Amino acid sequence: MRAMVVKEMRQLSRDRRTLAMMIVLPLLLIVVFGYAASFNVSTIPTAVFGPDAALAAAHLPPEFSVVALDRHGDRAAAVTALRNGTAAAAVVSGPTGTAVLLDGSSLFVAEAALRDLGGAGATRSHALRVHLEILFNPKLKTSDIMVPGLAGLILLFIGTVITSLGVVRERQAGTLEQLAVMPLRPSDVFLGKIAPYFAVGILDMTVVVLAGVLLFGVPFAGSVGVFALGALLFLFVALGIGVLISSVSQSQGQAIQLAMMLLLPQVMLSGLIFPLTSMAAGVRWIGYVLPLTYFVEIARAVMVRGAPIGALWQPFVYLGALGAVVSAAATLRFRRMLAPHQGGGRRPAPRPATAP
Amino acid sequence: MIAALEQVTVRFGALVALDGVSLRAEAGTVTCVVGGDGAGKSTLLRVLCGAVGPDEGAVQRPDRGAIGFLSSGSGVYSDLSVEENLAFSAAVYGLSPAETRRRAARLLEMTGLDAAAHRLGSELSGGMRQKLGVVRAMLHGPRLLVLDEPTAGVDPVSRADLWRLIAEAAAAGTAVVLSTTYVDEAERASAVLLLEGGRALVSGTPEGIVAAVPGTVTSSDARVAEDETRSWRRGHAWLTWHPGEVPDGAPDLAAYDLVAPDLAIAVVVASLRDELVAGGSGGGPQR
Repeated sequence: MRAMVVKEMRQLSRDRRTLAMMIVLPLLLIVVFGYAASFNVSTIPTAVFGPDAALAAAHLPPEFSVVALDRHGDRAAAVTALRNGTAAAAVVSGPTGTAVLLDGSSLFVAEAALRDLGGAGATRSHALRVHLEILFNPKLKTSDIMVPGLAGLILLFIGTVITSLGVVRERQAGTLEQLAVMPLRPSDVFLGKIAPYFAVGILDMTVVVLAGVLLFGVPFAGSVGVFALGALLFLFVALGIGVLISSVSQSQGQAIQLAMMLLLPQVMLSGLIFPLTSMAAGVRWIGYVLPLTYFVEIARAVMVRGAPIGALWQPFVYLGALGAVVSAAATLRFRRMLAPHQGGGRRPAPRPATAP
Repeated sequence: MIAALEQVTVRFGALVALDGVSLRAEAGTVTCVVGGDGAGKSTLLRVLCGAVGPDEGAVQRPDRGAIGFLSSGSGVYSDLSVEENLAFSAAVYGLSPAETRRRAARLLEMTGLDAAAHRLGSELSGGMRQKLGVVRAMLHGPRLLVLDEPTAGVDPVSRADLWRLIAEAAAAGTAVVLSTTYVDEAERASAVLLLEGGRALVSGTPEGIVAAVPGTVTSSDARVAEDETRSWRRGHAWLTWHPGEVPDGAPDLAAYDLVAPDLAIAVVVASLRDELVAGGSGGGPQR
């Protein structure tokens, strides 16, 4: 057994990347996720409308952060603000009383607002007599907000992890060298690699969303076209990341490690489970870099709130930009891999091929 | 001339994989690159087909579409069938489906792979994979066919099949450059380049190389102590290379039989001569 232990230790010490991940990653994850793992909502973005908007805003509990105030706005404007994601709560003040509308698709924010306001239809000591109404997800069903996000997570898993093995497999089988001398452009290889997974991803997305709607009763209030566009963009990014991971990994083990390193933060920091607004500012920015954050935003907005594309231009633009960056990076990597004769004398020695 | 290397040097970090090596690949010829493990054969072939660029020197080669390449690992996709492997390659090189079927059928029949056309790459024996790799490399009728040890680990019958393919490609005007560790294969080539430690020791036609063997080679039943660093075993006999003529009247001349050099002897002598020029090394050579 001693010989076996010594051999394993030697092999592990040669795989610096794995060793670093085993030592550094747990510390990193506990720190990042520790600061991210919070359901406590301290800020509720609120839009206030109506002739008494200023007065109503002044009487709001401190957790309610006024992001818009319009004396001429009415209930329709408030619904639009919630649908478009401008605010998670909207206050409509008027001569007949004050109505507080909550966005049920922001589950934890809505629950926090309910707690702060003392429950539906109740009167609080803040001297704000309110009529509470929860829109889009009135029963605050967890499945209504989780299923759209989970669809993204499933796509990300398939897209990133499975695709990440593609190039490594070629490298280990010795077929990458064949590709290098074939009359293929780097973009041919990149697009050729992701196209089949893209088709499977579209099928997966359709099945997952249909299952969500049919089995869990998740609403689909918005445009299928807008959702599909968001899903395609997200899928392109996820697959591109997978190929990029594959192109920088020397083995399938390394590729899986890297893919998991990118998957875990997306589960924890994308707003899928914990609200982004509850996270410490130091880790929240990580969430805003990750593609799943924007797909979760699009999916919930379209499916649950029925938001139009105009209200979602920011996540769409970000996903589009990320897709362009990732595909450009992957194509550049392929250019380097397929045309090593461009390089100088610092390249590594060729690796012997192993049986595929 | 189809392709050429002129004084090519390739470095991988501190390792000099090729050191000022030249080679010319003419249409309709087979050039064998011979050498031991780590001699630089694979690097030379990779430079020739464009997978590796030279740090120094010049390379001439046809467009990628006119090159066929078999890498050292056969380059066969294990999760594709024989037919699918060929279909992929044909599509990349722009062959029509009809042309692909016609060429593939003929090459598969020549190599005996036609019965295995529907088998996955992973279900093929090592020899069959090598043959499929060669078929794939020459399917599109390249002007330059580069094969990295196509017969390594292949049974004698399959080797014969492979050489028939190679000879046919050359007969059709293709410039074939292949590497091998088997000197008997190099004897079939139009030209031979012997590499050692990244340097070219000798090059030319097999006959020319054999004719240019310097000194004398003798055979004896036992290894001769004073010549042991220049002796090697072949069969039951010990061969010894004498850099000069064996002097008449040498006390032990009767123990020697003069041997007419062949390519295998020429290769060993070239290596010994190189060691001699470099100042020799400790211990006798292991041939």
